[in-house]
Amino acid sequence: MARLNLWRWGVLGLAALYFLVPLAASVVFSVDMGDRISFDAYSRIAGTDGFVTSLLLALELAVATIALVLLLMVPAMVALRLGAPKLRPVVEIVCSLPLVVPPIAFVAGISTVLKWGPEYLSRTPLFQTMVAIQNPDFPVVLVLAYVVMALPFVYRALDAGLRAIDVRTLVEAARSCGASWPQALLQAVLPNLRGALLNASFLTLALVLGEYTVAHLLGFRPFAVWIVDISGAQAQMSVAVSVLSLLVTWVMLLALAALGGRRPATPTASQG
Amino acid sequence: MTISTLVKAAATEAATVEFRGLRREFGPTVALDGLDLTVQPGELLALLGPSGCGKTTALRMLAGFEHPDSGQVLVDGEDVTGVPAHRRDAGMVFQSYSLFPHLNALDNVAFGLRMRKVRAAERRTRAAELLELVGLADKGERFPHQLSGGQQQRVALARALALRPRVLLLDEPLSALDAKVRTTLREEIRRLQQELGITTLFITHDQEEALSMADRVAVMRDGRVEQCSTPTELYSRPATAFVAGFVGTMSRVPGVMAAGDTVEVLGRRVPVTGDGAAAGASVDVLLRPEGVEVEPDPEAGGRVAATAFLGATTRITVRLPDGCEVKADVSTRRAGEFPVGARVAVGLPDQAVMVVDRAAR
Repeated sequence: MARLNLWRWGVLGLAALYFLVPLAASVVFSVDMGDRISFDAYSRIAGTDGFVTSLLLALELAVATIALVLLLMVPAMVALRLGAPKLRPVVEIVCSLPLVVPPIAFVAGISTVLKWGPEYLSRTPLFQTMVAIQNPDFPVVLVLAYVVMALPFVYRALDAGLRAIDVRTLVEAARSCGASWPQALLQAVLPNLRGALLNASFLTLALVLGEYTVAHLLGFRPFAVWIVDISGAQAQMSVAVSVLSLLVTWVMLLALAALGGRRPATPTASQG
Repeated sequence: MTISTLVKAAATEAATVEFRGLRREFGPTVALDGLDLTVQPGELLALLGPSGCGKTTALRMLAGFEHPDSGQVLVDGEDVTGVPAHRRDAGMVFQSYSLFPHLNALDNVAFGLRMRKVRAAERRTRAAELLELVGLADKGERFPHQLSGGQQQRVALARALALRPRVLLLDEPLSALDAKVRTTLREEIRRLQQELGITTLFITHDQEEALSMADRVAVMRDGRVEQCSTPTELYSRPATAFVAGFVGTMSRVPGVMAAGDTVEVLGRRVPVTGDGAAAGASVDVLLRPEGVEVEPDPEAGGRVAATAFLGATTRITVRLPDGCEVKADVSTRRAGEFPVGARVAVGLPDQAVMVVDRAAR
């Protein structure tokens, strides 16, 4: 027992070193002014041009992506499980494709379409659509790209959640209690997928907040792109921002986890 | 809302259920092959049969989870074949534990009432009464994973009854439970069903369960009903060789028809019930173990091949000189007279027996 504990502490210590040393180095770099310690770099962040807009843009993109990918995948996967279990391998492979296709190839394809589209569609109403999805205030095209990139993670998270419950019996039990199809899905299946939904949301959030390649190459400026942009001019502050964004992401994940850890309010008991 | 009003409410609404020519194929397998069956109001009818005989498919069609290729499902004479499951007015208890894991027992029972938009206070009261009805008044706050299997099925039963359904469907609700809980729960289900007077369809592959609980038992085979009658009649006068073999234990002994209504078997002539056969035909005589007598007899041709202790009785398997085996029950007090290998004489009382064509195996 004692030996096992020693091992555990050893491994934990090594892992901590691996993560904490670079982090500590970043923190030191961002506060070390040569002769004194100053948090100047941190205090200037909020006032720096583009910080608020890029962070907000990244968060908006993340929320939209999570909403869209869950709206797409949850009904699809429940339907797959109930109606066509034989199609599961096919869907799994399709959903795993974004892992195999490098983002650079993906974005090359998207930008080709975006260039070709306006010319070809210039005389149709779709021209306006092509313009609208590239609105720099809220680039829908990025949401669409992120939905695709999040598919492998969301698929796996939901699949694990659905495996843990007997979807068919839950749906049928709800239906025999007078629940329509949407009600059965919302009130009997979804509450029991809470863990899986949270996992999927975590992964998607982390993906969107940290995504650089696609956003940069399509010419948009969410948070990750902004950090790289300012690093050339203000090295110390860009590191400060990275440290801060790490903390922000952590806080958000913790908040989501805390939200998920709560027992659901019991509808009848709480009202009656 | 008390139990007595529940009873009244259910009693006035007890429904007749009718299956008419139901047919359903899953790929190459025929699950239902023109099923015809009527369940009388307030009756508990057990669908009994080996796995794959179509009994679950029939139940799921009544629940609205499956749709027939042809045929109709009628409730009180009204065709409900096209009615979606959530408007069928049928409460169902499933084989596997089907409680909603995220809701406690009380909310599970109240789920249907919530779907019907019953006010919170009222549904809480009603759910509590139903839990009391199944003897779990103090477990309302427990979540499914904190309840035993038997308790979960009781909650499921309360949930199925919450909307005062016209029909109660029980899909092997006891098969996941251990023997002791099974026996108590089946008595309780029967008591509740009789108190509420609710038309009930009960699926089981356990003949003992079916015979002990049901008003009538329908034995199914290959998507059809072989026989539907009271447990006593099913046991004593099986309509077909399949029913005879499936319900209770049956030995087959070769015999020859002496006349249209008498058969010669084991060296004596006995009357035949049901459809006989032409004189001189070779038949199999079907014998229940309690209808066969054995006596130790050193001169006889039969030998004891095996004995099985069943409690009050001991079942003795006798191998006859022609190689076929007959099972006979003797009182356990006498079991010592029949050690394995002993020679015994097999006799028949003067009771009518059933015969089947030798080919109908």
